[in-house]
Amino acid sequence: MPALPVPERKMSTLILLTITGLGLGAMYFLIASGLSLIYGLMGVLNFAHGAFLTVGAYGAWFAESKLTAVSVLPRFLLAALVGLAVGAVFAALVELVLIRPLYKRHIEQVLVTVGLALAVSALVVAIWGNDARPFVAPSWLGETTSVAGAHIPNDRWVEIATAVVVLVALNAFLRRTRYGLIIRAGVENRAMVTALGIDVRRAFMLVFAIGGVAAAIAGVLSGVYFGTVDPARGTSLLIFAFIVVVIGGLGSLRGTAVSAVVVGLVQQYANYYASSGLGDLSVVLLLGIVLLARPGGLSAKLA
Amino acid sequence: MKRSLIPIVLLVVLALVPQFSVDIPYVFNGSIDTPGTLQLLALCLLFGGVAMTYDLLFGFTGLLSFGHALYFAAGVYVTDVAITRWHWSFVAAIAFTALVGVLLPLALGAVSLRVGGIAFAMVTLAFAQAGSILVFKNPHKWTGGEEGLGADYTKLPQGLVGIFNTKHLYWVALGFAAAVFAIVQWAVHSSPGHVWQAIRENELRVQVLGLRPYAYKLMVFVLASFLATAGGVVYLLLLGGATPEVTSANFTLTLLVMVVIGGTGTRWGALVGGVLYTWANERLGDASSSHAVSSLPSVLRTPLQQPLFVLGVLFILVVFFVPGGIARFGRVRRLREVFQR
Amino acid sequence: MTAILSVSDLHVHLGESHILQGVSFDVPDGGVTALLGRNGVGKTTTLRALMGLVDRRGRVELAGESIQAAATYRIVQRGVGYVPEDRDVFAGLTVAENLRLAERDGEPRYELVYELFPELRQRAKQRAGTLSGGQQQMVAIARALLNENRVLLVDEPTKGLAPLLVTEVARVLERVSELTTVLLVEQNLGVVARVARDVVVLDTGRVVHIGPAKELLADTSMVNRMLGVA
Ligand SMILES: Nc1ncnc2c1ncn2[C@@H]1O[C@H](COP(=O)(O)OP(=O)(O)OP(=O)(O)O)[C@@H](O)[C@H]1O
Ligand SMILES: [Mg+2]
Repeated sequence: MPALPVPERKMSTLILLTITGLGLGAMYFLIASGLSLIYGLMGVLNFAHGAFLTVGAYGAWFAESKLTAVSVLPRFLLAALVGLAVGAVFAALVELVLIRPLYKRHIEQVLVTVGLALAVSALVVAIWGNDARPFVAPSWLGETTSVAGAHIPNDRWVEIATAVVVLVALNAFLRRTRYGLIIRAGVENRAMVTALGIDVRRAFMLVFAIGGVAAAIAGVLSGVYFGTVDPARGTSLLIFAFIVVVIGGLGSLRGTAVSAVVVGLVQQYANYYASSGLGDLSVVLLLGIVLLARPGGLSAKLA
Repeated sequence: MKRSLIPIVLLVVLALVPQFSVDIPYVFNGSIDTPGTLQLLALCLLFGGVAMTYDLLFGFTGLLSFGHALYFAAGVYVTDVAITRWHWSFVAAIAFTALVGVLLPLALGAVSLRVGGIAFAMVTLAFAQAGSILVFKNPHKWTGGEEGLGADYTKLPQGLVGIFNTKHLYWVALGFAAAVFAIVQWAVHSSPGHVWQAIRENELRVQVLGLRPYAYKLMVFVLASFLATAGGVVYLLLLGGATPEVTSANFTLTLLVMVVIGGTGTRWGALVGGVLYTWANERLGDASSSHAVSSLPSVLRTPLQQPLFVLGVLFILVVFFVPGGIARFGRVRRLREVFQR
Repeated sequence: MTAILSVSDLHVHLGESHILQGVSFDVPDGGVTALLGRNGVGKTTTLRALMGLVDRRGRVELAGESIQAAATYRIVQRGVGYVPEDRDVFAGLTVAENLRLAERDGEPRYELVYELFPELRQRAKQRAGTLSGGQQQMVAIARALLNENRVLLVDEPTKGLAPLLVTEVARVLERVSELTTVLLVEQNLGVVARVARDVVVLDTGRVVHIGPAKELLADTSMVNRMLGVA
């Protein structure tokens, strides 16, 4: 291993790392929140969640490549909207066609999502190739803002803000609407929800659609973050989202948010202060420690 | 009596394959004694064997691991690094790999088996991911990162190197598959084997009987992982090097696909699934460049060029309509049954 | 007397065991019918089967219409209320939310609920998981009473309650039975004597006795034989 330069432990570096870690955590949260809700309500470990991200990102990228006549900002916003819609519709269809017929057969549901994950990424490769495709975002997102001497890329703010908005909106939805009530109750005890005369399966499609939108948002944001869309990103982000979900406790939105932030920060700090690449490993280590200490994850179910 | 004869007869027949020059059109590209075909057959047998090790976990014990690739990759990389980077002798490398093949799953299994079900799946996935990251990170330039690491063939047994020795490699792969078959059969019919299957059916009841499921699960986890590590060594010999794809989560997923297509928890299912999957993956790749496919309209042609797409879709269809896999083909589900609720 | 609920030849398998082996009985319209039997004979399973919460075989008719193939939520929408054995209130939801979730179409009968359980009004904002067992039971009963039902299936509402609360629940059941037919699973024979008109007795998955409640309770040896209590 080449000798690493002694890291400059400056305040500005710490700030940059923190904001970047939060931005990463924001993306993890967007993926993990859907995973966690779907698992909490339906008991389905959705391996196709990375495919939702991929489909959303490519939807946005495709729309962008067709909207050449529009100027950058409205084009980006429109394309993002298309990506979200594609993600939502795709996820809802997956629930309706592939998950619902296997109701209560959890292992088979997981298997189907595995097959779907493989097939979707192969299909994307077949159509658009293995290489990353450039994704154009408004130039402001690529510039930096100075905070206490740290130069923070602007897209980090957008990622963090989006995740916060999604968290607040999801919370409001879960607390204030009837469907939110049904979902919260269903995470606790699905059978009893049906025994109150409610067709809980309608809520299933809804959580898939919500998960699809959130994953598609993560897809678009990762497109901004990396400047490209690429067929393998869904899977690689999904693995960290899984870790976030396990650390946070399955089915808990608050736990997911906290653990997404922790994972994002640990990854950034370890990458910088220890050695590049150690961030990913330290996250796995963190998972091991949490499991040894608290096999149920950081929080019990409180959705 | 007859039932136990079938594997032996099959083994003898398969062992004789390289001695005959038979052409099977469509199934293989050349006569079965050509190096190309023997190599494919060897890969088929190898993955048939590795699929059986996965079935030990998933099919027989009900443990849904998403990290089996790690132990296979350990076999590939530890041996490769030991001979190529550390310049050990082949025997020393194998001995060391065997040690890793026991200690690694013992340590990681001990942690991941603390949780059950889906959490177990995710934790095994995370550990395997750590292995993958390590390989890509290329510490001390040992693993070769993305490029992979070609094995120092001067250290390999000379009878197993070079295209003229493909038939020896074929026999090694056959030996591996046969050994795994025998060990798995013996294990699942042993008394711990019965406990594994009881755990799959109802873990609580095993606990009520006063047995500790944890110990039995750890036992099967170590056995399956060790056998997968052995498979990794065979893979290294077959391919003459290591590539990072074997560390990926997708590799575990393909093992899962093999086992489910073949039929979980059965005598032949995983082996058949592994062989067919490997064969189909290879031949679909060939077929995509064939005339029949390239003359199709692009809507059909494009997806068909990706074997993984075809296999993924096929897998979903199997889960829906043939839940028992090929080994229990009698239990095909009708469309109406699938969508009745 | 017409039957509001008619059960014939009901079978349930759970795991490898054949739990209900051809249960048949009628619940007459109006009043309380008690479903009795020793522990583990299948009373809860019978109610769960009627609700469609377990796979079942056989015929179940609600006011002449068959419901044995219907999904749980449809059975409820047709007017079957359910108060499960272990209350199954949603612990993470507040009392008010538990009730709101139970609202079906029409006018939720909050006056009735608060008249019977004034305490629930004060505890509207409390998480149901932090309620005492008796209060949770009130929430469970209130959820079923919020809507007009043709029949209520109530599983051991007095289980684990202090004597004073048992009397309270019996009073509520009496009141409820003026509004709706009730099929009641109950171990406390005092409560049965007070509220039930008819009894159905189960033993290991079969009906072994059907008749007026008074008749059974008067016959100590029969009670002893069938219910294993003095
Ligand atoms: N999931 C299950 N798998 C196997 N057996 C079960 C299952 N659930 C219940 N049983 C068995 O079914 C039988 C009937 O149970 P049920 O709960 O209906 O009894 P019960 O009459 O309500 O008893 P209690 O008075 O104790 O509430 C019991 O012997 C129980 O052990
Ligand atoms: Mg009971």
